[in-house]
Amino acid sequence: MTDLQKSWVLHLGIIALLFVLQFILPAYHHGSLARVMVLTCYAMGYNILFGYTGLLSLGHALFFAAGMYGLSLSIAHLDWNAGPALLAGLAAGFAMALVIGMLLLRTAGVAFMIVTLMFAQAGYLTVLYFGEWTRGDEGFVIQQDLRRIAGYDLSDPTNRYFAALLLMAACIIITLRVVQTGFGRVLVAIRENEERTRMLGYDIQRHKLAAILLSGTMSAAAGAAYGLLFGYAGATFASVQYSIFPLLWVLLGGAGTVLGPFIGTLFMFYLIDLSSELTTAYMLIAGLVLVALTLFAPQGLVGELRRRTMRWLP
Amino acid sequence: MTLLSTRQLSRHFGGLKAVETVDFDLPAGQVRALIGPNGAGKTTFVGMLSGRIPASNGRVFFDGRDITAEPAHRRIRAGMAYTFQITSVYGRLPVTENVALAVRWRAGGDEAQTSRRVMEALDRVGIADRADQLAGDLSYGHQRLLEIAMGLSQEPRLLILDEPTQGLADSEIADFIALIRGLAGEMTILLIEHNINVVMQTADAITVLNSGQVLAEGTPDEIRANAAVQAAYLGTG
Repeated sequence: MTDLQKSWVLHLGIIALLFVLQFILPAYHHGSLARVMVLTCYAMGYNILFGYTGLLSLGHALFFAAGMYGLSLSIAHLDWNAGPALLAGLAAGFAMALVIGMLLLRTAGVAFMIVTLMFAQAGYLTVLYFGEWTRGDEGFVIQQDLRRIAGYDLSDPTNRYFAALLLMAACIIITLRVVQTGFGRVLVAIRENEERTRMLGYDIQRHKLAAILLSGTMSAAAGAAYGLLFGYAGATFASVQYSIFPLLWVLLGGAGTVLGPFIGTLFMFYLIDLSSELTTAYMLIAGLVLVALTLFAPQGLVGELRRRTMRWLP
Repeated sequence: MTLLSTRQLSRHFGGLKAVETVDFDLPAGQVRALIGPNGAGKTTFVGMLSGRIPASNGRVFFDGRDITAEPAHRRIRAGMAYTFQITSVYGRLPVTENVALAVRWRAGGDEAQTSRRVMEALDRVGIADRADQLAGDLSYGHQRLLEIAMGLSQEPRLLILDEPTQGLADSEIADFIALIRGLAGEMTILLIEHNINVVMQTADAITVLNSGQVLAEGTPDEIRANAAVQAAYLGTG
């Protein structure tokens, strides 16, 4: 089998496994996994920019929230159906990425991080400022009967699981395709050596903008899906905490690997979940494990796997 | 036919005139060496040719077209290739991918054609047996060769080599001279070089820069005999 075939078999295999799991898993884990899969899409969007292009954003909550509010506000205030509202969420993320991306292209290095952080903070404050519509920190619930697409009630656990899996499968396939094509290779080249890449004839700015658009839109898709599937939108999702989460998930799972975001999100979710059963000081346990992982697997779980045995992992 | 020329090309850094009103003509097919003492403005001059450094004044023409305002990546696409003075390969990527990045868009994304041209280029510089290694694991000399392979694989009309033999062993330099001689006639080459031995054995013509200005221009023999050059550069005056 060629490396290309191996990677398709592995990734489609994992999607199939998750499909089967849903018939076996107890209700609690079934729900958790649906949540993990949606958040994985967020991490995968983040990974396009951070893992593959080498641009460290500290403000991705802005895109997640753009998707979430694009969807939820158009349902709550424009009386849109869930389908068009989902598209509104995607469009909001895309538009946000376009405007901010153009400005971000004028920065590099630390300035890039600071600017992303500032924009995300401005986004968070905007959500609070328009509390009349967004209900600020308190947030608002999206009514169950409004969370329907093509007749499927997405608040139903089974449908929700399928929807989450469908979205994650789409994100995996998109990322795989990107990584396999020339475009993705150029992103990696920019990460590794920007000046050399420019001097091979590539328009760096155009590639970076495309990466920001893809990353922002994927993150917005996750945000919109989160609102739709779990029926709630609140300012917490726009806060700095939600900008740091995808960075952690991606670092833990393995930056610049297709499966890293999933493994990282899953790992972190259950790490906090299990340690909070043991003690109220669960963040201490989580913190120690994270320190240990950064010490012994600095490239993340999947990154370490790639380094040690599976060199072909995309 | 003149492939590349500059008119009154200048670059000032604050009060420092790194390059000052240089008129330069490079005929197609020639191997031209650009020499000069440290700080003569060679790298700045070449930076303005390739688009890495914007010109303060003057114009650059490539293939009869004014490219002064064009960004570097467009100049590369127009047929220039540039190798860095300080080795600049993708250390964490395989050797083949290093070259493939240089070739892929030229092959229109056709991976079969890309890998064929990659192997040709690696073969040409003699490191085809190391194709599967990571570029960062190559010896310094091989990394320099890889860098040249990345330039060659672009099948450029103008190949700019910025101090390609810096840090190479004598035997590697001999191979390099043979390589450049083999390329002569296939493409126009602009060679920035400190090693006079390499220059004399490869160049059809030499331009000497000193303090940002053209001090002399001519065949290797003329330059060797030029008293001003000897005084300024060779130090045998």
